Amino acid sequence: MQSTSHAFKDNARQAVGDPRIRKAMGLMKPGFQDRRARALSRLPEFERLREEGKAIKDHVLANLDVYLERFESKVVEAGGQVHWCRNAAEAREAILGICRSIGARTVTKGKSMVAEEIAINDYLEEQGLTPIETDLGEYIIQLRNEPPSHIIAPAVHLSKEDVEQSFREIHTWMDPARVLAEPRALVNEAREVLRRKFQEADVGITGANFLIAETGSTVIVTNEGNGDLTQTLPKVHIVLASLEKVVPTLEDASTILRLLARSATGQEFSAYTTFSTGPRRPGDLDGPEQFHVVLVDNGRTAMLGTEFQEMLRCIRCGACMNHCPVYAAVGGHAYGWVYPGPMGSVLTPSLIGVQEAGHLPNASTFCGRCESVCPMKIPLPKMMRHWREREYESKLQPAAYRYGLGIWAWFARRPALYHLGTRLAAGLLGRLGRGRGRIASLPLAGGWTGGRDMPAPQGKTFQQLWAERARGREAA
Amino acid sequence: MAQPSHKPRVALFVTCLVDIYRPSVGFSAIELLERAGCTVEVPRAQTCCGQPAYNSGDRADAKALARQVIEAFEGFDYVVAPSGSCAGMIKEHYVELFADDPAWFQRAQHLRHRTYELLSFLVDVRGLERVEARFEGTVTYHDSCSGLRELGVKQQPRRLLASVGGLELRELPGAEVCCGFGGTFCIKYPDISNKMVEDKAVEIEATGAGTVLAGDMGCLLNIAGKLKRRGSAVQVRHVAEVLAGQAASVPPIGEA
Repeated sequence: MQSTSHAFKDNARQAVGDPRIRKAMGLMKPGFQDRRARALSRLPEFERLREEGKAIKDHVLANLDVYLERFESKVVEAGGQVHWCRNAAEAREAILGICRSIGARTVTKGKSMVAEEIAINDYLEEQGLTPIETDLGEYIIQLRNEPPSHIIAPAVHLSKEDVEQSFREIHTWMDPARVLAEPRALVNEAREVLRRKFQEADVGITGANFLIAETGSTVIVTNEGNGDLTQTLPKVHIVLASLEKVVPTLEDASTILRLLARSATGQEFSAYTTFSTGPRRPGDLDGPEQFHVVLVDNGRTAMLGTEFQEMLRCIRCGACMNHCPVYAAVGGHAYGWVYPGPMGSVLTPSLIGVQEAGHLPNASTFCGRCESVCPMKIPLPKMMRHWREREYESKLQPAAYRYGLGIWAWFARRPALYHLGTRLAAGLLGRLGRGRGRIASLPLAGGWTGGRDMPAPQGKTFQQLWAERARGREAA
Repeated sequence: MAQPSHKPRVALFVTCLVDIYRPSVGFSAIELLERAGCTVEVPRAQTCCGQPAYNSGDRADAKALARQVIEAFEGFDYVVAPSGSCAGMIKEHYVELFADDPAWFQRAQHLRHRTYELLSFLVDVRGLERVEARFEGTVTYHDSCSGLRELGVKQQPRRLLASVGGLELRELPGAEVCCGFGGTFCIKYPDISNKMVEDKAVEIEATGAGTVLAGDMGCLLNIAGKLKRRGSAVQVRHVAEVLAGQAASVPPIGEA
């Protein structure tokens, strides 16, 4: 996917004034925050589970090679095949190769963020194949040719009127007089269209929430059941997964599953949790003839051993963005690439470079809400600060900002001069704001005074008044 | 209230925003600390905790300022700041800065254990349960992010406000949502910051409270600036001014 992360500031400016984004983001609190809170209130051991989940992932990251090799050998034992891909290009090639080997024309897809990362749909289309998204949200944005704006609710930025409009434009063979006012009617229409696609598909691609080393199984969680049809009906099932999804045992997956849905949607469990182990065995009633796992690195192993390693604990629940006030102000598209919100602000610079995505880790107030809700206890603000350190070291921030910071720090390291400077500033600003107690417009502070007044200082600094008081005491 | 055998010597970390914008908050803090049985001193060699440098990725300047604070505030029983943000920086982040410098790490650790945000110090350390103050009117309260999430400041201000005569506290929905100040964030990303504080201002106005209080000058300047730009009548103050009974003697933030 082509990134516009470098244009985050412009993206954000447009987004904050967009009434459609305002309306959609208004649903974040009742739709996600309140539901998560209710789910947690019914699970007193949630904090303990967070610790357990974190420990599992930390252990995996410290022994990633061991578990990946164990996973591969179990996949092969079950009759499947693992394709190791260093980057997006290799992953695209691997998928195309599998499709070509059976002469595939139609490919159904379950929801996968790695698929967005490697832009597989565009690639397959270029190669003459027809990829069809089967997750309802993904299907809608595919029709509209838009990227997802949220990692678990890809069409969260759209209203049901938007969806109705898209369906009428694309589903031209259907009765134009049909009524599509209710969400139920929209779901039914999508189901009818997709049912046919499921039956036509030669290959089904799904993502994976977990790869289980002890059994070679892959796990997906969905609420629509589309993933099951995607992976059981076609001849070939391709699991597209990044390598940090591996966990040692079924038990470990169960532990993290207890955290995942609660953190994501406030459900105790997703409607479907599907385990796939190898292709159809003799005597099985259904299942694919071939089972492939396309295992993608695409920048992850380069994060191991760095200050960003902990980011690889992420289970893609979306809780950080559901609770982020910056995400709520700008929506997901402003971030400009696959992963929005706080997790994206840490991950995106790792995957596509800090030159391109440098704004993202800066666009945070460090309010800390993301870290407080993260089921994997990822220190997101701390890692965003690490990105800022790298940017500072590489002089990537705007020159005016760096100079301003440098001048301020020079004074702050010299208390006597600093106090002189603050006395002048407080006196000047105090006089500017005299009469009203605030200043409506200030040179060099247009960012502030563009949308709000600058409260005026009281006139003298605290240090000044404190010294005066001490002198008064001595004189007395 | 706990009565230790001696009067603890407390150093006030004024914070740069209180120093420049609102000295009355510093004096209110001193008043409250003295009433809680402390002797208060104000080290002259203090400027800023270093957060603007630290959060901009400038570790060298952040470390230099941290060393300056550590040196200026050694030898006191406690260090107290009328800000969760600056107290959080000293308490939670100085040790990170010196993780690979054992000597300074130890000094940072020592300072960390003696440093408190004002309300947390008064209630959690000094055992203060009530204050002698009156404030006529309905107030609402914004929880500043660093105080809330780094230091666990939530009930302390509410407990003390409950003892203020004439004051009715009306909780703010979304009190724990960031106001959009974020230090240099508000000038680096003004559009987003402005949108966040607008949402905050709308929620404050909807409570019908006459005054909004908080414990951090950054948030207060941001919130006051937005409310006043909107022409709102809601007054904005640091909670220390109300608890010290000094609200009547200074105009609210952003007003004359």
